[in-house]
Amino acid sequence: MKPKKDYADIPGTYVFDGEHSQKGYHLNMFCMSLNKPENRDAFRADPDAYLAKYPLTDDMIKAIKERDWLGMLRLGGNIYYTFKLAIFDRLTMQAVGGAMSGITEEEFRQMMIDGGRPIDGNRYTSEQQ
Amino acid sequence: MAKIIAGLGTSHVPAIGAAMDHDKTQTPYWKPLFDGYGAAREWLAETNPDVVIVVFNDHASAFSLELIPTFTIGVAPEFQPADEGYGPRQVPVVEGHPRLAWHLAESLILDEFDMTIANEMPVDHGLTVPLSIACGQPEAWPFKVIPLAVNVVQYPPPTGHRCFNLGRAIRRAVESFDEDLKVVIFGTGGMSHQLQGERAGLVNKAFDTAFLDGMTGDVDRLTKLSHTEYLREAGSEGIELVMWLIMRGALADDVKEVYRHYHIPASNTAAGLIVLENQP
Repeated sequence: MKPKKDYADIPGTYVFDGEHSQKGYHLNMFCMSLNKPENRDAFRADPDAYLAKYPLTDDMIKAIKERDWLGMLRLGGNIYYTFKLAIFDRLTMQAVGGAMSGITEEEFRQMMIDGGRPIDGNRYTSEQQ
Repeated sequence: MAKIIAGLGTSHVPAIGAAMDHDKTQTPYWKPLFDGYGAAREWLAETNPDVVIVVFNDHASAFSLELIPTFTIGVAPEFQPADEGYGPRQVPVVEGHPRLAWHLAESLILDEFDMTIANEMPVDHGLTVPLSIACGQPEAWPFKVIPLAVNVVQYPPPTGHRCFNLGRAIRRAVESFDEDLKVVIFGTGGMSHQLQGERAGLVNKAFDTAFLDGMTGDVDRLTKLSHTEYLREAGSEGIELVMWLIMRGALADDVKEVYRHYHIPASNTAAGLIVLENQP
C-alpha cells in the first residue's frame, strides 16, 4: 500500500515519517546520547567539542545551542529525542510545549488545567487561515 | 492452561510516575487523578494475576533510530528501569516470565506475527508508570511481567487492525501454554495528547470518551480508525492508543467494563484508565 501523506494538512504537527526521520537522524542520535550520564557530563563540560562528534548541520547546531525546540522539529527532530535535551536542561514538557506554541510555561500549564488546547479550529490548516 | 482473564488500559505519562516518586500525589494538581486510581488498584490486588503482559512503547531508551522493531517481546528473567536522563526511576526491578514469554514468541511467530525477541531491554516510563498506577509503591511488583514493546515513535506505527489481531494471537498463544496461570494484559499510552509543535497541548475529550465507550460498544469501529484520524483527532502522540487494541484483542469478544477513570490534565496529556473483564 502506498503511504499517503494525508496528514500534511494538520496544523502545527510534524509527523515523524521516513522523510522526517532521514533528515533528522544525527540530530536525534545526538539527543539520544544524553541518556548516558558520562555523555551528559561531557556535553555540559564542553558543548562545542561534544557536538563536533556528531555529523550535524550548522542549522542543527544553531537550533541545539539556542534551544530552538520548534527549529529542531523542523530539522527532523522528534520530540521524544529532543526532549532528552530538555531533560538535560531540567525543563518540563510544559515549558517546551509553551516554547513551541509561543506561550509561557505558566500559560501552557493553565491551558492544560482548563482542558487543553481545543480540537475545534485545530484540525486543518485551512481552519487557521 | 494459562488464561487471560482481564485487561487494563491506561495512560503512561512520565509525570504521573514522577508525582509518585516525589510524593506529590496529594497536591491539589495531582489528587483528582490519583483518587481515581484507588479502585483499579483494589481490583488488581483482588484479581491477583500471576503474570501481566504490558503492551507499551519505548521512548528512545532501549531502542533508538538505529533499529526500529515494530513488535518486541521481552523474554529475559528481569528488566531494569531505564535511565531517561534523570537517572533510573527508583522502582522495583521488573521480573519477567521467560518460559511463558518464549512460548508467546514462538507461538506468535508461527502464527505469522513476526516478533522481535529481546533478551536485554531496559524498560522506561512506558512500562514502569502503568505498574506504578496499577500497584502503587510496593517493595517488589506483585506479579511477573512480560513486556511487549510497540513502535509508535517512528511513523507509521502498526495499524489498529493489526494490533487487534496481534491481541487475538496472544490470546490463542496464552491458552496453549501448559501451566495454569492467571494472566492480565495492560494496553498503555494515550489518551489524546500532542507533545510537539505549535499544536502542543491538544486534548480531545469527545474522541477519548468515544474510544473508551468503543472498548465495549464498538471495537470494530476502533480497529478501523486510520492513522491520520488518530493524528488529527487525538494528537500526534495520541496514536499510542493503537496499543490499547492489542489488549482489547487479547480479551473475549464480550467484555464487561468494570471501572473507568478519566482526567485532564496529567502534564500535557488527557489521562484515561479502563478495566475490562472477560464475560464468563
